[in-house]
Amino acid sequence: MTDIATAILWLAGSVFALLAAVGVVRMPDVFTRMQASTKASTLGLACLLIGAALQMGDFASFIRAASIGAFVLLTTPVSGHVIARASYFAGVPLWEGTVLDERRDAKAGPAQDRPRGVAGL
Amino acid sequence: MLDTVAHVTLVMLGTALLVAFVRLVKGPTLPDRIVAMDLFGVLIVGLIVVLAGWSGVRATLDAAIVVALVGFLSTVAYATYVERGDPQ
Repeated sequence: MTDIATAILWLAGSVFALLAAVGVVRMPDVFTRMQASTKASTLGLACLLIGAALQMGDFASFIRAASIGAFVLLTTPVSGHVIARASYFAGVPLWEGTVLDERRDAKAGPAQDRPRGVAGL
Repeated sequence: MLDTVAHVTLVMLGTALLVAFVRLVKGPTLPDRIVAMDLFGVLIVGLIVVLAGWSGVRATLDAAIVVALVGFLSTVAYATYVERGDPQ
């Protein structure tokens, strides 16, 4: 029973990790690549961790796996935000199909007919 | 059965590393390469975790903790470097 659960979780986790890698290669610009990388790799790593904790089955391993999972779940959004901010301000070009760039719109000045979003000044 | 599953999982994670390496080599800008390196860190943590669960050696999970820490710190350091300099 434990083996079957571990097998399912490990296969799901490695599929998510592989999808993240494929997304990083196929997405058109830095920001979309990062979106594929952070979300899918976090989900994949969570599956792998739960599988390993089930397989080892003692309390110390469970605590270690849970701490790795908590750390990765907390730091992945932070590092994603830091890379996105750095690459935006460094002038990395956005994909030509990008429809919303709220910071550029805000710098261009308030438009009367533009709907106001969260950061739409 | 679990041996086969562990083999398949390890091969898929290794393939993911190779696919991410394509972006590391091609990446037109430095942030692309940073994203690839960040993904490297997560994939290597996954590899170590699967090896730990397969072999049952508990100390292997400590190595995974260290790799996760170093990966996060290196990503933040690279991003600070990008924000100061010009990307290329």
